[in-house]
Amino acid sequence: MSEAKIELRNVSKRFGKKVVLDGINLTVPKGESLVVIGGSGTGKSVMIKCVLGIIRPDSGQIFVDGKNVLKMDASEREKVLRKFGMLFQGAALFDSLPVWENVAFGLIQGRKMKRKQAKDIAIEKLAKVGLAAEVGELYPAELSGGMQKRVGLARAIAADPEIIFFDEPTTGLDPIMADVINDLIVDSVKDLGATTLSITHDMASARKIADKVAMIHKGKIIWAGSRAEVDDSGNAYVDQFIHGRADGPIQMEVLKP
Amino acid sequence: MNVFAIIGQVVLGTLAEIGALTRFIWLSVSHIFRPPFFWRLVAQQMLRIGYFSLPVVALTAFFTGGALALQIYYGGNSFNSESIVATIVALGITRELGPVLGGLMVAGRVSAAIAAELGTMRVTEQIDALTTLSTNPHKYLVVPRVVAAVVTLPLLVFIADIIGIMGGFVVSTGSLDFNAGVYVKNTADFLKLDDVTSGLIKAAVFGFIIATMGCFHGFNSKGGAQGVGRATTNAVVTASILILAANYVMTSLLFAN
Repeated sequence: MSEAKIELRNVSKRFGKKVVLDGINLTVPKGESLVVIGGSGTGKSVMIKCVLGIIRPDSGQIFVDGKNVLKMDASEREKVLRKFGMLFQGAALFDSLPVWENVAFGLIQGRKMKRKQAKDIAIEKLAKVGLAAEVGELYPAELSGGMQKRVGLARAIAADPEIIFFDEPTTGLDPIMADVINDLIVDSVKDLGATTLSITHDMASARKIADKVAMIHKGKIIWAGSRAEVDDSGNAYVDQFIHGRADGPIQMEVLKP
Repeated sequence: MNVFAIIGQVVLGTLAEIGALTRFIWLSVSHIFRPPFFWRLVAQQMLRIGYFSLPVVALTAFFTGGALALQIYYGGNSFNSESIVATIVALGITRELGPVLGGLMVAGRVSAAIAAELGTMRVTEQIDALTTLSTNPHKYLVVPRVVAAVVTLPLLVFIADIIGIMGGFVVSTGSLDFNAGVYVKNTADFLKLDDVTSGLIKAAVFGFIIATMGCFHGFNSKGGAQGVGRATTNAVVTASILILAANYVMTSLLFAN
């Protein structure tokens, strides 16, 4: 087995009385693409935010390149964050800045690159996600949802990160645009040789971008395996999820009339 | 629920809020003095907070000065009203009404705008996105606004002082038939530098309150459009109350002897 790029050991987090993460154990090997599947409200987003340091877990350990990020001071932590890129669910573009400056943001603010040079890189990255240089001059509000996602992807890969997180990369897109985004993710990750961690409930997307798949349910990883093993996992939870059945061991909190 | 449980909950809630606010202020203030500095953003915020508040503050000051002159004239002894009106208008505007009314008007305008902007950035994950692009959100969003408000509020209030005194002058010479030269002489004779500087010190503190409240409530907003609306209201209400409370404390300290 190759070395672990990211490792979560027994990570727990609760908000008030609600337990969101209940002892998560997860390993993302270097250079691989792990997709975590699971329903809404199962703690997927919280897990990613714990790794990024946006949310602090109550207990457990998180290792990036073998170092426990929860024990680091702010400046060490910032250095680790430079290895990351992230594509947010709603793209989360800065609407006060034009598109190219969004893409170049990490280069200009985080790495102190000259604006001119950063703009050239931004335009190059926009081309990589199939957007013309003129789009760079527009503002995010002027773009369609699919274009915003692509700009978000360009921003995530702008600084050539070692690790990329994808939060529901295809949610809210039509099936064709969703597949375009999936292709772009696969291509750009291959180019960079990056390690990726994605969360999604879109099985078509998971099948396309994953090397490995893990399923999260009620704050725990209940199954993990390779992409090929998903279809005959022998796990009733996974079966119910990938076939999208209402009946099964996973009960939605819906009151029956 | 019994009374003690309610009291307990209110006390704990308040303490938690004070704790969160203290932590927020500490994080923000500590970033003011640590590089990198975002001068461009400070300049941009000075324009938005200071320059665009000028009309509101100027009109407030003018009408307040005018109304003050009328009140003193009607209520006072008409024997020596000519000297009293000029003196009290000058002292009232520079010591109290200029900073307090100016501060309240800017609180309504600026705290609300800051809370709405940062609140929207929070719920659309733009603040989380900053973290993933190795940019500290306190440094990038809060510090420029706080610095800009602390610097521009005294300038605004200084202009308000001049316009407020002018308002008193216009009303006194226009509708009360005072002698213009005597009015100016009385103002100049009784107004001391301390009166003006005490008002400007207050203004700087009010600027800090205005920006901090806007940022704090914006940063902590959650739950979509309704949450942003609540953050905006809370920002204006808390900023206004804190301005009035701080004004009382500062008056009692600055004018103790």
